[in-house]
Amino acid sequence: MARFIARRLVLALITLWLLATIVFIITNVLPDNVGRTILGPFAPQETVDALNERLGTNRPILIRYVDSLRGLVTLDFGNSFVSGKAVLPQVVGAVGRSAKLAGLALLITIPISIAAGLYAARRRDRTADRAIVLLGVTLSSIPEFVTGTILVVVVGVQLGWLPVLATAPETADIPTQIRFLLMPAIAMAIVYFGYIARMTRAGTIEVLQSDYTRTALMKGLTTGQTMRRHVLRNALVPTVAVIAVQIGYLFGGIIAVEKIFNYNGMGSTMLFAAQHKDLPMLTAGVIVIGLVYMLATLTADLIMAWMNPLIRMDTER
Amino acid sequence: MVDSIAPAPLPTPAPTTGTATMSERSRARREMLLVLVKRPAFIIGLIVILGWIVCAVLGDKITPYDPFNAFFLPGHQPPSAQHLFGTDRLGRDVLSRVMVGSRDVLVVAPLAALLGVGVGTLLGLVMGYYRGIVDDILSRVVEAFLALPVILVALLTLVVLGSSSIVVVFVVGLLFAPIVARTVRSAVLSERQLDYVTAAKLRGETGLFILSQEIFPNVLGPTVVELTVRFGYAIFTVATLSFLGVGLQPPSPDWGLSVSQEYANMIAGVWWPTLFPALAIASTVIAVNLNADSLQSVLNE
Repeated sequence: MARFIARRLVLALITLWLLATIVFIITNVLPDNVGRTILGPFAPQETVDALNERLGTNRPILIRYVDSLRGLVTLDFGNSFVSGKAVLPQVVGAVGRSAKLAGLALLITIPISIAAGLYAARRRDRTADRAIVLLGVTLSSIPEFVTGTILVVVVGVQLGWLPVLATAPETADIPTQIRFLLMPAIAMAIVYFGYIARMTRAGTIEVLQSDYTRTALMKGLTTGQTMRRHVLRNALVPTVAVIAVQIGYLFGGIIAVEKIFNYNGMGSTMLFAAQHKDLPMLTAGVIVIGLVYMLATLTADLIMAWMNPLIRMDTER
Repeated sequence: MVDSIAPAPLPTPAPTTGTATMSERSRARREMLLVLVKRPAFIIGLIVILGWIVCAVLGDKITPYDPFNAFFLPGHQPPSAQHLFGTDRLGRDVLSRVMVGSRDVLVVAPLAALLGVGVGTLLGLVMGYYRGIVDDILSRVVEAFLALPVILVALLTLVVLGSSSIVVVFVVGLLFAPIVARTVRSAVLSERQLDYVTAAKLRGETGLFILSQEIFPNVLGPTVVELTVRFGYAIFTVATLSFLGVGLQPPSPDWGLSVSQEYANMIAGVWWPTLFPALAIASTVIAVNLNADSLQSVLNE
């Protein structure tokens, strides 16, 4: 197990380095003049030169690259172009607020999706199964901001059941905060229902057809015992993997959801940075979210290895 | 072209480029199409997409009002007999704008999907066939790309490069390529161990020939499925980017853009300029995904 963890950590570090390189290429190699990109085509040349001087973007590209990698190691992503303050604390704070929203979304979607997937697998090819699969395909294809819009119009404005803005008053207690976060969380949960339910269904169907499930049933275990002791543990392995992948993508969809519901998290921070061409803030944001994704997949790998020892032994990638 | 390359003496066990297998392949394709058109989900999806294409092509020839011209009336009139979907903040007819709103996304999204699947398939073929160091390096790069949400990287890139339809096509397409590459790579991995590939190698065929003439036709199925799936995601992504203000730009009647310009008025009860474009996006992505899903399950059978 130690070897397995060490191997995964080394791979994660390499991925992190590549990720930082990709972001560097986008922010420093694609634009031929960073100052010009930020200020736009009509700014006077002296202003552009002064900005490049201040940002250090007039230095040779290799020096900037080494500098950006050093920043990654020392966790120093520079200062915001807008506020002048260090970007990392702002990004981490914003990720924290978004994590509340994303966490609530996962809390809603995971149990419902797994239950639906298991139910569909046990009624394979019958009406209930077809309906769940079709619903999953349908819901997972609608962008979060569209679901969010429909929810606001129907549940928020017409029915008036839930607040249409996500941010609760400062002094609100936890149930009130959750009430405010509920609608954006549902908008996100709906998209992920399809993925998780489908993966659970596929994993369960495979396990239900296996020899060991047949053996378990033939030796006289009840369906419930077989499900608990033999089926779930193996059937949910791919589900864990897909949930981990979705945690990274949640932070892509959250940008639009935070805009619709006016919530001050990662999405709003990134959007504000994009509007003001605040490259250090955007860079830090992309790398932090990449880190979150990698931590999630790493955790998922460990959980999967614990659930199925065969994965641990499989040292071939 | 087919007969001239047909390999001479060595007997080949599995599909090659011979004429017989080609017709077999096209017969299989026709059978598949027959199964496909019997699926209601596929037909519904197709009708919806064709409907939007007709609206996009005919444009203001069939819309009740000019989608771009305001009527100098007070804006935000609720749905009525004159304006079935109401009017937007500039007094433009929402129904007319929704009808032509598919115009840009139905050009940008398929191009992005094509680019992504093209580049991704090429990468996947090379990675899966040559393995070794090339595969190791590219796999790590693919992994790094997968660690980033597409929307976020697209946002960053569009901020740096500036927004235009061309840039959106390239950014979304290239960001899809790693995902496609991974799918195609795993399809190639299972193909390359089969006898027909070994036979081609023994005949002394070049890697390029084996990849393009032997392996590629056999991974065409997953590639086509990937194309339809990516088309759906491309609409999803382009619409979201437009909503975030970095995708398609005004005065495009694009649905995502319309939602972004009007969503703040929902709280005041003005829901029609937001809800109808939103429903239009939903109908299109659902339609494309129903088609992708039908195709996938037919290919699996």
